[in-house]
Amino acid sequence: MTTIPPRPTFTQDWLRIARMGGIAAVGQTFIALSNMPVRLDERLLIKPILSMGYLILIVLPFAVGYRYGHQIKREGMPTFTPSMYEVLGGALSGALAGGGLSLLAVLLRHFDLRDPLVNWSPILLNLLTFGNATWFAVIIWIVIGTGTGAAGGLLRLLGPRAYRTAISVAITVASAAVLESLIVDIAKGLGLENLTDRLYASRGGIEWLSAIVLAVASGTLGVLGRGRFRQAKTQLSQLEGTARTQANAALIALTLAALIVLPLFAGKLTNELLANVGIFVLLALGLNIVVGLAGILDLGYVAFFAVGTYTAAVLTAATSPRISPEMPWLLALIFVVVITGLVGLFIGAPVIRMRGDYLAIVTLGFGEIIRLLFLSDWLSGWFNGAQGLVQIPPANIFGLTEIGGTEPRRVFYLVLAFCALAIYVSWRLERSRLGRAWMAVREDETVAEAMGINTVNIKLMAFVVGAMLGSFSGAIVAVKVGSVFPSSFLIVVSMVILVVVIFGGMGNIVGVIAGAAVLIGVLGGPRQPGLLAEFSEFKLLIYGALLIWMMLARPEGLIPSMRRSRELHQHEITQDAWLKN
Amino acid sequence: MANPEATSTDKPILETRKLSVDFGGLHALSALDIQVQRNEIVSVIGPNGAGKTTLFNAISATVEVSKGDILFEGKSLLNLEPNAITSRGIARTFQTVRLFTHMTVLENVMVSQHCHTKQNAFGALLYTKAFRTEEAEIRQRAEEVLSFFGTRLVGYRMDQPAFSLSYANRRRLEIARAMATQPKLILLDEPVAGMNPVESAELTTMIGRLRDEWDFTIVVIEHDMSVVREVSDRVVVLDHGEKIAEGNYDHVSNNPEVVEAYLGKSMTKK
Amino acid sequence: MGLLAFIAQEIDPNNPFASWVNPDATGLTGAQFRGLIISGIAQGAMYGLIALGYSMVYGILGFINFAHGEVFMVGAMTGMIASNKLADAGLWETNFIGSLLIVMLLSVLVCSLTAVVMEKVAYRPLRNTPRLIPLITSIGVSFFLQNASIVLLGPSAKSYPEMPDWLKDQYTFLGISGARLLVIFAAAASMAVLWYYVENTKNGKAMRAVAEDAEIAALMGINVNRTIVKVFALGGAMAGMAGILWGVLFRSVIHSMGFLPGIKAFSAAVVGGIGHLGGAMTGGLSIGMAESVGPLMILEPLGVNGVSQLRDAVAFAMLIVMLLLRPSGIFDERLPAEDRT
Repeated sequence: MTTIPPRPTFTQDWLRIARMGGIAAVGQTFIALSNMPVRLDERLLIKPILSMGYLILIVLPFAVGYRYGHQIKREGMPTFTPSMYEVLGGALSGALAGGGLSLLAVLLRHFDLRDPLVNWSPILLNLLTFGNATWFAVIIWIVIGTGTGAAGGLLRLLGPRAYRTAISVAITVASAAVLESLIVDIAKGLGLENLTDRLYASRGGIEWLSAIVLAVASGTLGVLGRGRFRQAKTQLSQLEGTARTQANAALIALTLAALIVLPLFAGKLTNELLANVGIFVLLALGLNIVVGLAGILDLGYVAFFAVGTYTAAVLTAATSPRISPEMPWLLALIFVVVITGLVGLFIGAPVIRMRGDYLAIVTLGFGEIIRLLFLSDWLSGWFNGAQGLVQIPPANIFGLTEIGGTEPRRVFYLVLAFCALAIYVSWRLERSRLGRAWMAVREDETVAEAMGINTVNIKLMAFVVGAMLGSFSGAIVAVKVGSVFPSSFLIVVSMVILVVVIFGGMGNIVGVIAGAAVLIGVLGGPRQPGLLAEFSEFKLLIYGALLIWMMLARPEGLIPSMRRSRELHQHEITQDAWLKN
Repeated sequence: MANPEATSTDKPILETRKLSVDFGGLHALSALDIQVQRNEIVSVIGPNGAGKTTLFNAISATVEVSKGDILFEGKSLLNLEPNAITSRGIARTFQTVRLFTHMTVLENVMVSQHCHTKQNAFGALLYTKAFRTEEAEIRQRAEEVLSFFGTRLVGYRMDQPAFSLSYANRRRLEIARAMATQPKLILLDEPVAGMNPVESAELTTMIGRLRDEWDFTIVVIEHDMSVVREVSDRVVVLDHGEKIAEGNYDHVSNNPEVVEAYLGKSMTKK
Repeated sequence: MGLLAFIAQEIDPNNPFASWVNPDATGLTGAQFRGLIISGIAQGAMYGLIALGYSMVYGILGFINFAHGEVFMVGAMTGMIASNKLADAGLWETNFIGSLLIVMLLSVLVCSLTAVVMEKVAYRPLRNTPRLIPLITSIGVSFFLQNASIVLLGPSAKSYPEMPDWLKDQYTFLGISGARLLVIFAAAASMAVLWYYVENTKNGKAMRAVAEDAEIAALMGINVNRTIVKVFALGGAMAGMAGILWGVLFRSVIHSMGFLPGIKAFSAAVVGGIGHLGGAMTGGLSIGMAESVGPLMILEPLGVNGVSQLRDAVAFAMLIVMLLLRPSGIFDERLPAEDRT
């Protein structure tokens, strides 16, 4: 690729500036009116400068500022060296984005649209004006927009090393701020309260002095350590044969050890969070087999979760109306898996022959039908309808321990055990005859059939295996919550699991786990709070936006599977091979 | 080159009887009678739209047969699923190369042995001895098939995704994949399309070796007349879904009807 | 069997067959039955209007625009806001027909705009990807729109202003309530306009050509992108119309209202034969009738309790049965060129 000298600073692409700034301004207005800034203002990130509410309002100007300098890289096409051109353009688009808020402040002052728009309030106006007059808001938002936009443009000017350092500093500070409650909780368990007391202010948020210290520390660490970290990573990926296997085993053992030891030092809150993440990891792993490996878009996955939970509840709870065998949980688990597998077979058998997109809608329908059946009067003799089943006893594990909702740490260990099982199942199946057949069906069904694969059976198999894995989390949720209601199994749950799988990276076990950890851990599940509890009203909105953005910008997910990353680096591979020959 | 009259007394491995395929009102194939003897290489030629690929699709059950019958080793192939036909011993390649592009070269060939292997999920999960033996066998056979093409598809290439292959190698991998299904009969749909002359000459000898060394019967659709002349024992010419000529290359290429329908231009040019 | 029992019961409530199947079933009187049919038709007409959007988009682009149900919700919400503003201004009472027309126009415009923006932002960049990709994206769009409505307008149910007397249930014409009559009439009129547009105008011909084969249409000088935008706009307009009619009929609107009608309308499009305008309407009417009459006619005589809760299940069951028995629909589906085999 050739680079050519920078463009003159003042030959801007005005139309592009106007378009990007305009879109961002509309986005800013939407964010402001969604009440996000007001709600998130309660959460301080860096005391006293930055609250999450204001952070939300500078993200977009920064993003357009950065995006403005984006150049399409094509082979043989020259790219301009980034220069003040990018900074000025970024600043101008940022200014337009900020201007959206200025305009909103003026409108807020002079009109009352509270009737349809519930968040049209003096509180919002107050937030936008920083308690001052309207003209102040007008000026300050244009200034803030210009500043952040210019900062976004400046990011283009940084060399690769400085860029990486800047990113790592930003990530360190941001995660220290976002993970505050988690870090405090664990530090307490480890007896390091002194450290966290100094780091965080009493009312939440990092002290600004600590933030600077943290930034400098991570910056120097980044500069010093980055090369070594990369080196280790390439060394690891170059290992082959047994050495590779050993290295992988060591990594896995290390992670497992950390996951076993960590909860001992963590409080209830952290363990609860970990357990929730684990449950979604389990669900996402199950869906990953169906969607990621076999390429069947199952939108009614929640049905299996529901069937698993209800079966466990009916079999173990004394309060179950029709039959109540009061089985021990472990015995019931066998029935749960078998029954869910049968339900999977029952749902799967008719739909599996359908075209992929019809199948998606029909499974969605089944997901809803299953919930309606649990809710209906018709079957209320079995499942108590909307009242649900309550007083599900804790699970007794071989008389060693009792696992119930009051003990999140034990629940987490239980979830961890099943996650390990699910990971093993996914890992083994992917590398077997069955897994290869799934992938072949995903790639090209007609050809797979011509290669002698009975596609109907193979797809049905994926459907049923996915259902069975999903039922585990159902059984765990039954003991964790101690009760079960039809309203816990809305279609939203299916969608959230799908977002987790896609966000993490379809078909990739590590990706799916990372996806669950980031999304469920930070934003929260459909009903479970995450670390940013302030986001709970907005998390579904964010999930929707994230899903669109992922499909448009990064369909391979956060951590692409090996296959996909090979695709991205295919030029390197072929070149290496050529050199070796 | 075998003489059609001499071989017709043997029992054919593949036979179509009055085979007709209709798409709406269009007769893609009408009352077609073709016989293929064991260990024979038959070329099917004809102008575009003559129904060549439709014939392959009918044999591999990807289109519905309207009338007539297809017999393989004396048994009818009608009302079978495509995968069942593959297990019977018929493999095919596609005119537009259709690989499992995100799977590795090795996996592409391994997955094609599906119908001859039987380990289920439990074997994989418990990692039983039977599972490991079968995996090793599958792998060994895959490597064997891939090494048929010399060094082109083995070594580091085996673990590369199929999309990273060159066009000619993709064609080769398609053939390797068909070979891995352990067929008796292979249907090759334009195997040298898009290859350069050197590559296509090489593949032409390979088609011969497929018959001689691997004992396959081969039906090949081809537009490249040099390939057809080189490999075929017998040539079947289709036009508008009907067989207009049959016999060895010289016989067919001199047939006035064929010359008129199809070969005419290219032959007179020469 | 349920249907047989129902018929037996209608003939004679005390006959042994009916009471053997379900001794508690009461059967329906003629008036009840007619009422159910009419409400089924009204409901079905709205499904049909929404189904048109699914059908046209699938017919041209070959993917399910899952967010189309949300466009319907946007229409109903726009109508709610506009009609309440008009009611505040006093126009709603004094000139109902006029204000209803204004509301309809507004809603149709907003919905077309929503659909067009949706196409431009979320679907156009994915034009040539495997069709599950835009489907997943459209799920994201649907999620986003639904939750955007929550954060902007609040999560509670909102209602349309008081309707004039002649639209209330106690005023009937030939035993049909005024509101239902209005719904059926308005749906028929919109359908007629759409039909004329697609069959007789230049733009409509371009749409049919693109649906037949986009590449060839482009070679013939049709601007494919612009045609697709028009299709989205038209589909959105129909959904907006349905949204207003829904509001007039039920008066209560909520952010989640798009989901079920959306799924049912898609079912209607499939039942009627996707890509087929008349099919979408026929499918909508049959789904509407089936779910209004079906539970009472088939499930109740079988001894199922609380059948009205299972209405939604009936629509899904119909979709599944249709896809299994005759996936090309009542009228044959018309798919984009690359999806035909």
